[in-house]
Amino acid sequence: MGQVVLKGINKFYDSVHAVVDVNLQIRDKEFVVFVGPSGCGKTTTLRMIAGLEAISSGDISIDGNVVNDLAPMDRDIAMVFQNYALYPHMSVYDNMAFGLKMRKFEKAEIDKRVREAADILGIGDYLKRKPRQLSGGQRQRVALGRAIVRHPRVFLFDEPLSNLDAKLRVQMRVELKKLHLRLGTTAIYVTHDQVEAMTLGDRVVVMKDGLVQQVGEPLELYNQPANKFVAGFIGSPAMNFANVTVTEANGSLLAENSGLRIKLPDETAQRLRGHVGREVTLGVRPEDLTVAGAADADRPCFDAVIEVVEQLGSEILLDMKVGDGVMVASIEPTVRVKVRDKLRLAMRPSRLHVFDAKTETAI
Amino acid sequence: MIEGAIWRKWVFFYAPMGLFLLFLLFPFYWMVITSVRPDGELYRPWNAINYNPFWTWKPTLDHVRYLFEETLFASWLWNTMFIALMSTAISLVCGVFAGYALSRLNFPFAGSLGTGIFITYLVPQTLLFIPLAEIVRNYRLGDTPWSLILTYPTFLIPFCTWLMMGYFKAVPKELEECARIDGASRWQAMLYIIIPVAIPGILSAGIFAFTLSWNEFIYALVFLSSPEQKTVPVGVTSELIRGDVFFWGPLMAGALLGSIPVAIAYSFFVEHYVAGLTGSVKG
Amino acid sequence: MPQAPRPRLRLLEDERWLALVLLVPTMVLLGMFIAYPFVRGILLSVTNSRVGVPGEFVGLANFYKIFNDGIFRTSVYNTFVYTGVTTVFKLSLGLWLAMLLNRNFRGKAFTRAFILLPFIIPTVLSTFAWKWMFDPTFSVLNWLLYHFGLITGRINWLGDPDLAMISIIIVNIWRGVPFFAISLLAGLQTISPELNEAAAIDGARPWQRFWHITWPLLLPVTMVVVLFSVIQTFADFQIVYVMTGGGPANATHLFATYAYQIGIGTGLLSEGAAISLAMFPILFLVVIIQLLYIRRVEVR
Repeated sequence: MGQVVLKGINKFYDSVHAVVDVNLQIRDKEFVVFVGPSGCGKTTTLRMIAGLEAISSGDISIDGNVVNDLAPMDRDIAMVFQNYALYPHMSVYDNMAFGLKMRKFEKAEIDKRVREAADILGIGDYLKRKPRQLSGGQRQRVALGRAIVRHPRVFLFDEPLSNLDAKLRVQMRVELKKLHLRLGTTAIYVTHDQVEAMTLGDRVVVMKDGLVQQVGEPLELYNQPANKFVAGFIGSPAMNFANVTVTEANGSLLAENSGLRIKLPDETAQRLRGHVGREVTLGVRPEDLTVAGAADADRPCFDAVIEVVEQLGSEILLDMKVGDGVMVASIEPTVRVKVRDKLRLAMRPSRLHVFDAKTETAI
Repeated sequence: MIEGAIWRKWVFFYAPMGLFLLFLLFPFYWMVITSVRPDGELYRPWNAINYNPFWTWKPTLDHVRYLFEETLFASWLWNTMFIALMSTAISLVCGVFAGYALSRLNFPFAGSLGTGIFITYLVPQTLLFIPLAEIVRNYRLGDTPWSLILTYPTFLIPFCTWLMMGYFKAVPKELEECARIDGASRWQAMLYIIIPVAIPGILSAGIFAFTLSWNEFIYALVFLSSPEQKTVPVGVTSELIRGDVFFWGPLMAGALLGSIPVAIAYSFFVEHYVAGLTGSVKG
Repeated sequence: MPQAPRPRLRLLEDERWLALVLLVPTMVLLGMFIAYPFVRGILLSVTNSRVGVPGEFVGLANFYKIFNDGIFRTSVYNTFVYTGVTTVFKLSLGLWLAMLLNRNFRGKAFTRAFILLPFIIPTVLSTFAWKWMFDPTFSVLNWLLYHFGLITGRINWLGDPDLAMISIIIVNIWRGVPFFAISLLAGLQTISPELNEAAAIDGARPWQRFWHITWPLLLPVTMVVVLFSVIQTFADFQIVYVMTGGGPANATHLFATYAYQIGIGTGLLSEGAAISLAMFPILFLVVIIQLLYIRRVEVR
């Protein structure tokens, strides 16, 4: 079993309120990812679950037992650190066996488990080596192996992939996912990389300034961000935002600013009935913009001037000037465009997001 | 960089380097040559004719023999070794523990304790030897090796602590955290993970502490009185001089033999010693 | 498998308890043999106790007595001269040697190891070699000077007050140069050679490069090394004890040797304690300077 419940967790460092009232239920076998910019409190939360950091107030329980006062050694968890934290004076084998030795397992059982884990991770050939003789990816595997031999109730991951180069990171990400599917152990994973969060998590917790912004499945965060921060944080390239004033003309609602004057689609207009004459933030993802053709007449359209063209092969990213603001669009690689071209773009009507200009929450 | 003409290298490098080496090493040569020179050659006035002070054609081991047969030199060597090893061991244990606590644990007054230990690091032995002599006598430690084994740590522990703090600070915190999650207590994490990782530092502190205690003089001079209890530096000073008469042959032989154990220890751990030396002055 | 905490074993999981346990041995030893003697020393210095005689309270009489004591004044003067002169020489020679060692040459590690010998070998023992070299009748230095034609008669190195002072200063420099050289070498090695190369490309002469780049970057290390050395030299005992015993005619005493002579030699414990303690204010000042300096460096 591996059920983790956070109830009203707070953390103060002197006067800094690092983690603010976090409530979360993590189900057995679930893979939960905490994501957010550095200093958002995600790592502190993880360290509180691990027992490395005292809780200022609230309760953490694992499988129904409150563990607030338990030392890390008594929590039956395993953790993988960003810098791997391999014991430099021990061989790979001893690194993996250490946790079992501390828990006084039989020699034969230790050997069995270490070899099993080494097989799963493909590090069987390196068992006698010291960590410094291994490459980054191999070290990463040893760190994982050290966690899985223990068969703990919960895995904790603190940005485990961020020390790897880009290619290896993608590869290890897939392996981590496979590993989780195979072992089924509850996992709590901290990262600042939203791609990792989206690809790995069964559920994702977005944090900022110590506050949980939204908890949900990856697509839920992508499609229905709770606020402007989540909208901007999830998805790459980031969502475009424009502050617009809502006006009414001929019974339909318009959104206007220096460069935009678009008719809001019915579904969005419905939600903005109460905001006529007020300012709201409009959000649209780069991938929801298309070059406007004849068929798009009824879609919200606007004019833009291209400032930079970034050819990615699979798509083209356009950095554009729209009125006083800037926007990014991701368009089909077959379109021929060049810098300083004027272009008319259309928004996918169902993919428009609106946020309160002041509170930044989704409307 | 490009060095320029050959003569420049001689003037600016080889010549000064040669002079430095001569200045720094000549006394040792003089020690060696004196300790194997027969008395007849030794006591010739500096202005005697045909006198070559730098070489002898009749080397002798008489002085060494005198040292071991007529004096307690062997006991002094043994005493010094025993005292140096014991006080180094005590200081290492204390210094490693204290250095660990001060560099890796959060507790009240950590800062002021660290400063306090640093200040004792700078207290010279000559400041306290008189009251300490009294205290040693009151504890009934006078004239025993324990008077030194217990007092040497006062200048060795601060040094070891200081050095170990530097080493411990360089060990990533995650190592210990990982061990604690893996099921080790704080104590076990320190013992099995952090201390083994800091072994180079412990060797540095150890070799440095060993040479310092071998070198110590004033406490040994004041606390020990019977000849068979003395350490090499004190024994050589007090037992090889009768009034105004210096037995230069045995004196130099004693100085040479008394230096050899430290020199050997040093030669095995030169790099660690240098690391300890430079670590000790790092602020 | 729910686990209940086991409080007995877990006491050391609290950082504060663990720190206490780890610090106790050190605190006990330093308390018994540094803090306590320090207090005892102060108490001793305000009594008139001698060896075997407990003595009674006499106030500052001992301090009054030593400040009016001509030999004590000479010792104070000597200590300052000894510390000042040797420090200047140790620093300049040490820095020079460090810069020589900072080059690449064959046998560098070997040379470095040998250079440290004067610092490793017990001071008392190596000082005897010097005493023998300065011996009035058998001095090898006199032989050398004579054969180079620099002198015609013998020089009585340790018999003349000024020459005796010069002799002990030479020995102290000899012993201290390696410490300076190796410490400063470590400092030099942290200065990136690219800085000097850049300055050379900018047209700086070697001397300018030293003055504008090496010296300022080396200053933090230099300060610490100098202050360490000042404390050690100020409180030095061994070299003078062996070379001259404070003679001739008490002309070369330092604080420590004079305190030894009065306190242990003649058994006037309290007066001896007062003499040693008179060092304390000066050492304290040096330590304060050092601490402030370190703090300033840390803040940067």
